[in-house]
Amino acid sequence: MTRASDPTGPMMAADGTPLKTSLNRALRRQKLRALALIAPLLIFILVTFIAPIADMLFRSVENQIVSDTLPRTTEQLAEWDGDSGEIPAPEVFKALYTDIFIAQERKLHTRLGSRLNYELTGVSSLFRKSGRRVEDMGEVYQDQFEDLNDFWKDAETWNALMGSDAWLAAQTKWDGKSDVPQPQFELREEIAGVLPQTAATFEIFADFVQNEDDDNLAKEDPWALVYSALYDDLIAEPDLSGYAGPGSAELLEAMAAASTFETVDYPAAFEKIDKDWHDIEVWQTIQTYSPDFTSGYFLNAVDMKKSPDGAEMRPENEQIYIKLFVRTLIMSLVITGSCILLGYPVAWLLANLPARTANLLMILVLLPFWTSLLVRTSAWKVMLQQQGVVNDTLVWLGLVADDSRLALINNQTGTIIAMTHILLPFMILPLYSVMKTIPPSYLRAAKSLGATNWTAFWRVYFPQSVPGIGAGSILVFILAIGYYITPELVGGTTGTFISNRIAYHISSSLNWGLAAALGAILLALVLGLYWAYDKIVGIDNVKLGG
Amino acid sequence: MSTLTPVSRTPVSFYVPVVALAGALAGLLIGAAQGSSLLGIVAGALLMSGCAFAITQLIEAERSSRWGLTALLAVGGLVLGGLAAALIGAVFGWVFGWFIFWLFEGRYRAYVPLYLTPGQVLWHHSFRVICGAILVFLITPILVVMPLSFNAQDFFTFTPEMLRFDPAGYSLKHYEDFFTNSDWQGALANSVKIAPAATFLSVAFGTLAAIGLSQAHVPFRRAIMAILISPMIVPLIISAAGMYFFYSRIGLQGTYTGVVLAHAALGIPFVIITVTATLVGFDNSLTRAAANMGAGPVTTFFRVQMPLILPGVISGGLFAFITSFDEVVVVLFVGSAGQKTLPWQMFTGLREQISPTILAVATILVIISVALLTVVELLRRRSERLRGMSPG
Repeated sequence: MTRASDPTGPMMAADGTPLKTSLNRALRRQKLRALALIAPLLIFILVTFIAPIADMLFRSVENQIVSDTLPRTTEQLAEWDGDSGEIPAPEVFKALYTDIFIAQERKLHTRLGSRLNYELTGVSSLFRKSGRRVEDMGEVYQDQFEDLNDFWKDAETWNALMGSDAWLAAQTKWDGKSDVPQPQFELREEIAGVLPQTAATFEIFADFVQNEDDDNLAKEDPWALVYSALYDDLIAEPDLSGYAGPGSAELLEAMAAASTFETVDYPAAFEKIDKDWHDIEVWQTIQTYSPDFTSGYFLNAVDMKKSPDGAEMRPENEQIYIKLFVRTLIMSLVITGSCILLGYPVAWLLANLPARTANLLMILVLLPFWTSLLVRTSAWKVMLQQQGVVNDTLVWLGLVADDSRLALINNQTGTIIAMTHILLPFMILPLYSVMKTIPPSYLRAAKSLGATNWTAFWRVYFPQSVPGIGAGSILVFILAIGYYITPELVGGTTGTFISNRIAYHISSSLNWGLAAALGAILLALVLGLYWAYDKIVGIDNVKLGG
Repeated sequence: MSTLTPVSRTPVSFYVPVVALAGALAGLLIGAAQGSSLLGIVAGALLMSGCAFAITQLIEAERSSRWGLTALLAVGGLVLGGLAAALIGAVFGWVFGWFIFWLFEGRYRAYVPLYLTPGQVLWHHSFRVICGAILVFLITPILVVMPLSFNAQDFFTFTPEMLRFDPAGYSLKHYEDFFTNSDWQGALANSVKIAPAATFLSVAFGTLAAIGLSQAHVPFRRAIMAILISPMIVPLIISAAGMYFFYSRIGLQGTYTGVVLAHAALGIPFVIITVTATLVGFDNSLTRAAANMGAGPVTTFFRVQMPLILPGVISGGLFAFITSFDEVVVVLFVGSAGQKTLPWQMFTGLREQISPTILAVATILVIISVALLTVVELLRRRSERLRGMSPG
């Protein structure tokens, strides 16, 4: 204590450390304790909520399916000039043959087809058709090899030719029933040198049979694709002199015969399957969507598309999303407007009545607020039907003829009525809490100074209630533009929002990328409004029904 | 509230025409329903102005003449159109009786300031009528659903039997269907399984974090708050889409765990908001006093802090519960048929084959929400009292 009171040195804490350090340490400990309390929840929210949102944003630009499914084609296609007006070179078609052959065996070609169909209508059926008939091309070679020698017909001889001796022994011993896994295929070392393409193709085939189809490789005849590869290898006349393994004699015989084989003209063969393969636009689409990431979904979400000359608008009859966004915004504005119109008088009344009466009436506002959303939506669905309570009452009163009942549901009217009702408490509550703070004496003062009722309201009361209108409007608007359930149930086709389209793309059309892009745009819109709300009201001031 | 203006009786030339006008309006409604609007207007105006004159000038006994008018119109309704019409007649009679004396005695001026012009008084009362209409709009759907759920027919409107108050028009069969149908019972069981688990997670994490957030020195407070509140701000369809993509990547899509985690995330903002609001009035010297008397942090939390913030925690928990119990968009995407909840079942019911059982379920849910609303309101009052923010 003596040192602490020394006027020249730094102030000391009781334990002898300088007071500043000691205070800093205490502050740091306090901060760490606060963070330690928050951390579990923060991690929880980051994993269960923020990560999914980030994943969605990632999906809106992700586009690996084209290069994953057609790896050889996209590589070859990179050199093709889409503006030349000529179809790609025969090598590209050959790569396409290999890619589609493998893809159709793994049943991936239809998925790619539907992916590319989002960009160019008709591609889906093109891929499905090609997947069915691509085998014919390989069978041209397969038949010729098999006619030449029965050696080429058998799974057994193929395996002996391609597989290593150790693997072959293990595979013949494996009975296919026990729990022992199938011995993994192993390539004969010498064969890769003399028949590189055949070896590579056969490895893909073996891997597919053993790991994806879970079949016994010893009993599976090779794909027609393997014969095409064999032909390509043999036509290049490799040096077979060094090879003495099984089938060496048959290989030599085949090499001699190969030059006389009937060949396949890939571009022509693909044209025979579907002449769309000679359509420049198809190839341009594949080339445009080869990269792993694409802005295509976002362009699609604003009615544009990628073309060789950059982004361009879609034709008039395919433009739906901008219209839908505009409709969502306009309807949300109408709903916000009607909420202000209906909510303002009620909030004013609640704020100016004696507390006991106001509390009683407040229950009428809070009850719908607390009632299940689906209960309220079903109530409106029931009430607004053609044979519903509203129409029945109007007919009973003679205001509407029985045969011309009003269409109040499955259109925009239905959505606006139901959503105004559902969101009205969100307008009344902020308005009420702001109006509660405006002293009624201001109005009286204005009136005693000679203002008319209207002037007193418009020049004195209204400006003070504007923060409440702002808070309520942004809240209602934010909630309205993202609404899904109510428009889905009472909106029919004309009263739906962008969110219904997002749901449609997730669960029905399975165009997840587009759904993610639409969602990202909607999210940006909402976050912008949220930011404005934070500036105007402050997120800490959000109150719930109190 | 005491009266602002001394009241005095009004002249016949004022209240009789006003009552006639109101009578004409009522007559228009009834006349239109019976097919002749004009006759209704004339009869209504004549009948009501006659009654007004008679009971104010000739009988003058307020209580008995009001009951008399109610009985008169009820009998008139009974003769003309049966039991339902009698009830409508009685309501009209009671309202008109009150209205006539309200005008006659000049009571309509009692609670408005003395200096208002007649026009302003008229506006004052019309404004209240407008507000009343809006409040009725707010409450109507709930009021309509409840009686319709007792419909004996599979219709979504009031049948003639119901309007005649014929007991045959009412039945509990939709409730019976709800309690015996395995679809609905399965959905109810799922809801009851998912909501408490999600609520528990939200409350446990949320309360801890709210206590952390309300400390004096929290780095990045605004950013953290923004992240924690975000599930409430992001549109549900976007949360649902994101969770669907992400949870199917990590294998949680279509599992109970997935749905519970998703619902817990959605409920957390409500817990954070209510608990931080409760902690605003929390006196930190209490924890220091507890520490001073030798209590450890855990004891302090459970014996001092927790009892004081408990009302906030419980109402936050109720919000989280109702969020999960009502939630349909996220469960629609994150769940699979095995996790079908009550709102999901209602949603499919409304979209595909709409069955009146939905109305019975809706009524039950309304009753549950009324109960929850009452609990929250009581808790809020108790919390304010505990923290000394409001007297009594």
